[in-house]
Amino acid sequence: MLKVEHLGKTYGEGDDAVEAIGDLDFEVRENEFVCIVGPSGCGKTTLLKCMSGLLTPTRGEIRLHDERIDGPPERMALVFQEYGRSLYPWMSVRQNVAFPLRRKRLDKQAASELVERAVESVGLTGFLDRYPWELSGGMQQRVAIARALAYQPVILLMDEPFASVDAQTRADLEDLILEVRRQYGVTVVFVTHDIDESVYLGDRIVVLTPAPTKVQETLDVDLPFPRDQLETKEQPEFARLRAHVYRSIKRKRTSAEPARAPEEQPATTRS
Amino acid sequence: MTRGRQRLLATGLEVTVPILLLVIWAVASSASETYYFPPLTDILSTFADTWVFERVGSDVVPSLVRMGLGFGIAVVVAISTGLLLGLSPRARRAAAPIVEFLRAIPPPALLPFAILVIGVGNSMKVFIIAFVCIWPILLNTIDGVTGVDPTLRDTTRVYGINRRDRLWRVMLPAASPQVFAGMRTSLSLALILMVISEMVASTNGIGYFVLQSQRTFAIPEMWSGILLLGILGYTLNGVFVLIERRVLRWHRGARASALG
Repeated sequence: MLKVEHLGKTYGEGDDAVEAIGDLDFEVRENEFVCIVGPSGCGKTTLLKCMSGLLTPTRGEIRLHDERIDGPPERMALVFQEYGRSLYPWMSVRQNVAFPLRRKRLDKQAASELVERAVESVGLTGFLDRYPWELSGGMQQRVAIARALAYQPVILLMDEPFASVDAQTRADLEDLILEVRRQYGVTVVFVTHDIDESVYLGDRIVVLTPAPTKVQETLDVDLPFPRDQLETKEQPEFARLRAHVYRSIKRKRTSAEPARAPEEQPATTRS
Repeated sequence: MTRGRQRLLATGLEVTVPILLLVIWAVASSASETYYFPPLTDILSTFADTWVFERVGSDVVPSLVRMGLGFGIAVVVAISTGLLLGLSPRARRAAAPIVEFLRAIPPPALLPFAILVIGVGNSMKVFIIAFVCIWPILLNTIDGVTGVDPTLRDTTRVYGINRRDRLWRVMLPAASPQVFAGMRTSLSLALILMVISEMVASTNGIGYFVLQSQRTFAIPEMWSGILLLGILGYTLNGVFVLIERRVLRWHRGARASALG
């Protein structure tokens, strides 16, 4: 449903030009949960901004349902890492979640049902009339997820959404996102620098090279659902995939084109 | 010391110090024979005779109307212009020299011009007050809008928020802390310009009254007018702060939570 075709992004011009994305080519299928991992500074955020129509690619294109993306598409939602700066602090939880729905011109009843269902699915029903700053970081990110869900996107982009919460909250949010993805049947593109997270969540993992970014490899995750923080992570297949992705990220670029990145940093793993 | 007691002490100081000063003033001036510094008791009794409520309709109301109109017009013009300039870097560039020039003009210098063109009526005073009040609000609004967090902007774009909502429901609230700071500065300017404009060409108003009293050697009356202006400024600022606290409740909350 979402095709990234020979995508390239260069910032600046002439001698100062920085090639963030070299040549990216991959596809996200209907109902898939695709995790994108890569070393830090590999242009993951640039890629996501191009996908969401916030940035115009220098080369190539991205197509959603065979339509070229040249601005934020109506059926796409994006969850940012910085939940605190993505929620409107002058709006209550209810108003935050309902705000994007104004575009859809629903009647009041339908809109408030969407809002309440989304807020319930992230477990914040009791907090509808609170303000974001009255909530903890994890809860704020839940609000951002609820806002995305109520918007009823066909595809949900997430930019390292759990990178700024503590470990326990993070595990909870990981399970939450798997659950709401099942409930809402939404396609998810999940960018992370955390290898464990990508294996735990994904149906498929796209491993990126350092900048100028290309696809290092794509691999299927054959772990059964529902996934469980303990059981899934104890499986040999989990360990194998995790090690595989780790090596894949650390591997130097194939000899055809030597790496040009100044400092190649391996992505982090969690123990 | 507990927080509650500390607060009580602070409030106590806020109340007692002014009262103490008044008492000192009253005592020191009680036997005053100086023509220019009449006893406070004289001033206060004149104050009661003059302002409660003898000249409220003839002087206080016209003054407040001028000030309110001028300030109101400035708020509307400055906020809407500020939003537009804040959103468009090109318009901002084009407008910057004009804005910087106009706001650099000392406001009283405009009085002769305004009297010449608009006359000595109310419109002239409202114009002068509005003209002066615009700049702090305008500059602060522009600052507030250009300072809106990029993530918040991106969020608004991703969710396809239309232009009108983006302007009034995202940019304006996001800029409102700065807008309010500008409005507060402008409010005191409004009071100053109200007085000045009424002193130059007027037949009523508090400023007119103060100057007229001085010219007719009605010194206690003059003092009572000055006292009234002080009370007025203090009260207006107090009311403004109350409104600001209410409207910006989210801002204080968000900042408190960001600081942990």
